[in-house]
Amino acid sequence: MSLESLYQEIILDHYKNPRGRGLLEAPLGTAFHINPTCGDEINMQVASDADGGLLIGYEGTGCSISQASASVLYELVQGLPVDEAEKIRLAFVELMHSQGHAEPDEEVLGDGVAFVGVAKYPARIKCALLAWMALQDAEIKADLVMTAPLDER
Amino acid sequence: MSGIDVARIKSDFPILSRTVRDDQPLIYLDSGATSQKPYAVLDAERAFYETSNAAAHRGAHQLAEEATAAYELARAQIAAFVGAKSENIIFTKNATESLNLAAYAFSNATALAQWGTAVDPRFQLQPGDNVVVTEMEHHANLVPWQELCAKTGATLRWISLTDDGRLDLSNLGELIDSSTKVVSVVHQSNILGTINPVAKLMAAAHSVGAIGVIDACQSIPHQGVDVVELGADLVAWGGHKMLGPTGIGLLYGTAEILDAMPPFLTGGSMIEMVTMERSTYASAPQKFEAGVPMVAQAVGLGAAVSYLTGIGMNAIAEHEHQLTSHALNGLMAIPGVRIIGPTTGIDRGGAISFVVAGIHPHDVGQVLDNLGIAVRVGHHCAWPTCRRYGVPATTRITPYLYNSQSDIDAAIAGVREAQRFFQVAS
Repeated sequence: MSLESLYQEIILDHYKNPRGRGLLEAPLGTAFHINPTCGDEINMQVASDADGGLLIGYEGTGCSISQASASVLYELVQGLPVDEAEKIRLAFVELMHSQGHAEPDEEVLGDGVAFVGVAKYPARIKCALLAWMALQDAEIKADLVMTAPLDER
Repeated sequence: MSGIDVARIKSDFPILSRTVRDDQPLIYLDSGATSQKPYAVLDAERAFYETSNAAAHRGAHQLAEEATAAYELARAQIAAFVGAKSENIIFTKNATESLNLAAYAFSNATALAQWGTAVDPRFQLQPGDNVVVTEMEHHANLVPWQELCAKTGATLRWISLTDDGRLDLSNLGELIDSSTKVVSVVHQSNILGTINPVAKLMAAAHSVGAIGVIDACQSIPHQGVDVVELGADLVAWGGHKMLGPTGIGLLYGTAEILDAMPPFLTGGSMIEMVTMERSTYASAPQKFEAGVPMVAQAVGLGAAVSYLTGIGMNAIAEHEHQLTSHALNGLMAIPGVRIIGPTTGIDRGGAISFVVAGIHPHDVGQVLDNLGIAVRVGHHCAWPTCRRYGVPATTRITPYLYNSQSDIDAAIAGVREAQRFFQVAS
């Protein structure tokens, strides 16, 4: 396995130039998640815009995978209805549990497809998932629940 | 050089001839987390299971006798290795359990005293008392004492650190006072590499009547240690970092302290007499070894100390000292690399933690892993120590007797490769 398959250019770009990094002025829900085995940290915030779209704020410290994943998350779900964001979140979680065998749908996951190589490294999957788990937690705290039943997702 | 024949030693460790990550030779520099095992250890464990396996210290058939003899021979070998007597060595599951055994002696004694059981007052804690540790403790020598304080109302104090990775002993007289009941300190830091003046700290503990505990996990595997000379009441360490199997730890205690301490785990083997109402307990070490013991692991660890003794602990320490100095010099020559811990080999062991500007320690470790070099990344179970030095984590190299200078050179080259890959100017 080459280093390039793990650290695709897209990941390094998001790490060095994070999109949307910063906290919200009036978050509805905040979730601070840490990876206790390595100390990676993400503070994830959500709010709702006038049209019911998600507003994302985040800050964090940690490895390139954990921080790039938060940046990709922002790019993918900012402004989306909660239901659509949840579909993307689930697709990302599924990708990370694919052991690297998945062929991710770029239509759904955008730059998130670059994390396919991470799924081959069990020790790094948690890094990639940290922001996405924090998003779910922040949404629950904000009471931003999905409107569609599970089987229609 | 140190007189260590690394090529010959490497051939004793089967795992060191395997390849990793696309058929690259393994370079193992994570012995601070766990050491690899020589054939001598693997063979001893297998031979025990093949010939003498039985539950030790119960039963009267021949295999039970042989298993008991093997278990007690291992205890004698390990005791001799650290300059102790057999009856002063307790087998535990690991060093974490050894330290919990020590901490629970205090909380158990405090609880027993409340309900009328006569216990040694040195083990009873109350609000106003204090427990002293250091800011460079592994979580295993911090969290049990935090718990003890939470259960008894005592206060946790700690010796803080200097910028160069040493204990700040300037206010030791204020920290260790007449209300101090325990002083528990690490001998050799698993993250900074610092070797602490533990004999001085034990003397300070004893001067106020406190009990002195030492975490020797990173010292006993790497240098000749005489636990009696350390002057501690209790010394904890593990087997798997010194070529032995996992699942076995040690606690040395003075006869007087072990006699005064209440037991930790209770049940079979550790009793003297049992009725439906109450029990009395065996004397040490059996008092602290409830349940069927880990005989195979003890036998394996006995083989490990024989192997280490055959090479010579002084030769191993000298070899590691040379590798450590070589690694420190090589890493410090790379612009952007910062050593977390002492930057010279003086009073310093081989745990070499560092950070690279612009690259997270995990990412440095990943690049090294990609080259077949196994190192540790993270907070090394010493999160407060990381905080003290303003880093979220470090990358850590810990060499051992089977590492060569070329292993260190490969790691140093790997750090430069990480800088190249992540496009960080070096």
